[in-house]
Amino acid sequence: MSETIPDHVFDVEAVRRDFPILGKPLSTGKPLVYLDTGASAQKPQAVIDAERECYENYFANAYRGVYQFGDRVSQALEASRETVRALLNAASGEEIVFTSGTTMSINLVSNAWGRKFLRPGDEVLVTEMEHHANLVPWQQITREKGAALRYVPITADGRLDLDQLDEVLSDRTRLLAVTGMSNVLGTVNPIGELVRRAKRVGALVLVDGAQSVPHHTLDVRHPEIDFLAFSGHKLYGPTGVGVLYGRRELLDAMDPFLCGGHMIERVEREHSTWAELPAKFEAGTIPIAQAIALKAGIEYVERLGFDAIAAHERALLRYAHERLGAIPGLTIYGPAVEHKGSIVSFTVAGIAAEDLAVLLDLKGVFVRHGHHCTMPLHAVLGVSATVRASFGLYNTRAEVDALVEAIHFARRKLRLE
Amino acid sequence: MTLDELYDEFDFLGDWESKCEYLIELGFDLPPFPAEAKTEEHRVHGCQSNVWLVASVRGNGPPTIDILADSDAMIVRGLIAVLLTVYSGRTPREILATDPQEVFSRLGLDRHLSSARKNGLLGMVKRIRTLAAEAA
Repeated sequence: MSETIPDHVFDVEAVRRDFPILGKPLSTGKPLVYLDTGASAQKPQAVIDAERECYENYFANAYRGVYQFGDRVSQALEASRETVRALLNAASGEEIVFTSGTTMSINLVSNAWGRKFLRPGDEVLVTEMEHHANLVPWQQITREKGAALRYVPITADGRLDLDQLDEVLSDRTRLLAVTGMSNVLGTVNPIGELVRRAKRVGALVLVDGAQSVPHHTLDVRHPEIDFLAFSGHKLYGPTGVGVLYGRRELLDAMDPFLCGGHMIERVEREHSTWAELPAKFEAGTIPIAQAIALKAGIEYVERLGFDAIAAHERALLRYAHERLGAIPGLTIYGPAVEHKGSIVSFTVAGIAAEDLAVLLDLKGVFVRHGHHCTMPLHAVLGVSATVRASFGLYNTRAEVDALVEAIHFARRKLRLE
Repeated sequence: MTLDELYDEFDFLGDWESKCEYLIELGFDLPPFPAEAKTEEHRVHGCQSNVWLVASVRGNGPPTIDILADSDAMIVRGLIAVLLTVYSGRTPREILATDPQEVFSRLGLDRHLSSARKNGLLGMVKRIRTLAAEAA
């Protein structure tokens, strides 16, 4: 029916034992079927331990105290920054800024780069499949600067319509802000080609990696990506911490976004000068224990191997498409399996999205419903809400079966079968 | 059904799963809503799913208010059935004296409704109370 993963490559049952929450039954006694990893991933014990150990053994504020804990915290943070740098193959740790998450990272660029460099008549190019976090900041800054916001349209099967790219990408385009992987359609975008074509007209490229970074290896220098934003919590790491990668030359040229402690070199009564990178963009106290434990999340994923995880998730996705596709009235939005990551958004004729999510919850199946922070995309799709199942490295074929069974249960309750 | 009977029924059902299935049953039994009344004017805003509501005042003596409502979401139809039990056929004074929060928490529904659905319910209650205030 679909390819199977040899046990020696990826033992999902062993993986599941690394996640304490997955072994616990729900209050109803039913097992948890967690299919909302696209919203936030569950945490392996190694991440929970890393955060707890920081608080239990050596916590202090960072980059300030000369006492022993201060030094240890700073070292742990820099070790985590180095792990992120290596993950992205960035040229230097100074290009890795810790933020509160993808949203903050993108707002940092829209404010610190956009406010300084956008001019009236300039254009920022986004796509019809962007999450609000990679859309609304650009609406705001282009409006403020008298610049225009343009959209790369999508095809009927939910991929970027590259045939129409030249209509919207021109020498007026200053920046292309694009998701690495759609949080609704699952579409994996051709970043290499987009970067090549954007560079040809002199535009910068920002990649929203919230969905893509947890699933695929990415090298910010090949092709050359100017900005990359992602969140720790979707990468099996803690909440509250994210990353902005920016090319050094750009980060150097940008003004600070948030101002306060740690980001200054010298403060006088009338003006200030800025600290070196990355401190210039890390005002105040950053999420210390979370940024430290992000390292454990990345190392966990790397130990399992991105390729093995991708193969496992792809097999699950293929199986989910096969089984869901056989349910009467079920429509999957987005491209064929070979063009997407492990997200399946769908509607079932005769069942409102929220009703479906509520009924699946009765069976212990956790999915997301609504517009998934992509209202313009849903307008293009012509539906107000969809239900989304998203798979992580710990999900199983049995959980796909549970999803399918629960949808049949919902259809029976609504007298559709 | 009276509100007290509804309380008894929900107490008997106990857990959320049974209540949810019961709401769906109520939703199927909701009085029909005229298709021509599904207009923008009757749409209740604040709901993620489509909701329409019409109310009419029955005169002759102390006025009572009759309510009809519909939704394309079946659990919302069930919630509408609860609202009709609480409010429809009541006098404006009764309507204005009823605390909707109390009803939904007494039914044990408040914990299980999303904020979108709570907002939607609130939108319906607001419209009913406005009509009651006008008729009072």
